[in-house]
Amino acid sequence: MVTTRPSVDDVWSWLVNVPDPEIPVISLVDLGVIRGVEWQDETLVVTVTPTYSGCPATAIINMEIEAALRAKGIENLSLKRQIAPPWTTDWMSKAGRAKLETYGIAPPQPAGGPSRCPHCQSTAVEKISQFGSTPCKAQWRCTDCLEPFDYFKCI
Amino acid sequence: MGDNTLVLGQRLSEWCGHAPALEEDIAMANTALDLIGQTQLWLGLAAERKGQGHSADDLAYHRDAWDFRNLLLVEQPNRDFGVTMMRQFLFDCWHLEALKALTAHADAEISAIAQKSVKEVTYHRERSTDTVIALGDGTEQSHKKMQAALDRLWPYVGEMFTADDDDLMDVAALRPGFDAHVMASLTEATLTRPDSDFAHQGGKTGARHSEHLGHMLATMQSLPRSYPDAKW
Repeated sequence: MVTTRPSVDDVWSWLVNVPDPEIPVISLVDLGVIRGVEWQDETLVVTVTPTYSGCPATAIINMEIEAALRAKGIENLSLKRQIAPPWTTDWMSKAGRAKLETYGIAPPQPAGGPSRCPHCQSTAVEKISQFGSTPCKAQWRCTDCLEPFDYFKCI
Repeated sequence: MGDNTLVLGQRLSEWCGHAPALEEDIAMANTALDLIGQTQLWLGLAAERKGQGHSADDLAYHRDAWDFRNLLLVEQPNRDFGVTMMRQFLFDCWHLEALKALTAHADAEISAIAQKSVKEVTYHRERSTDTVIALGDGTEQSHKKMQAALDRLWPYVGEMFTADDDDLMDVAALRPGFDAHVMASLTEATLTRPDSDFAHQGGKTGARHSEHLGHMLATMQSLPRSYPDAKW
């Protein structure tokens, strides 16, 4: 019997459609947590890095990857955790950043704070708190439109 | 390293739902979450290296106070918000220096955990520094409370730099980096560093924990010890 295994590119194209469990508007690939896809003999090895070491979404992310790949017929699958080099928001895709802003979350900026309000684009913004509803976010507010918003922390 | 993050993570979690403002509540819970995440990495590695089939949870829940190797500072009770933030500030300042040193550790897994943690702890230190400065240089009342918190906790600073055989790094070498950040921040916070360098000892060797650790562990460990087969 001849079995054809999907190419690594095919696997990446499937993973592009797996949403982040906390911020479903971006995919796991956009988030930059999938660090590698490769075949080792007959086993598909997917390397995943956690965003924050205590983030409860990490376990869900692994389940989502497994479910998505099983649904595509992958039988021998191994998920490898990699913590170094540590995840950085530099690995977030451009498309992911744009999707975050459209969704109402200001994307990470090297300056350490949002460049503008994701609702009205005003640059008059102020920090409410360094932490927010998930480990990856902080709370900010726009002093023009007065709306509070999440800012995706830059690490 | 893992016992420090576990004990402080548990202490901070005690604030959940009780902090003076919602934002502070969320910030402390998030900091606790980072610390518990780091605990899973450190104790996970420790359990693996021990090679007796134990897990991080076994080490967290099935050891008694005298087996813990955490600094006395992190087991001190929360008391008020000022004491909690001062404890956090002093620990963060040490923790960041320690993690930076460990990123260069010869053991690749230790270095990897340090590289991961250093990013989170940089953020912790930024926040606790800002809070200590805001409260120290705040109202007369907040200043008084922060000075009292510093006076109370300063005797727990010396232990962080006292060497023993189990150290992963040269802890005495961490002191200049610690002092530089702490002194600059205290000056900005208009707080006065206590004169005495008397240091309580016995937490990181396990020889003499304070009476507070046992009470904390009794709460933290009661469920898995009462129901050893419980799964969640």
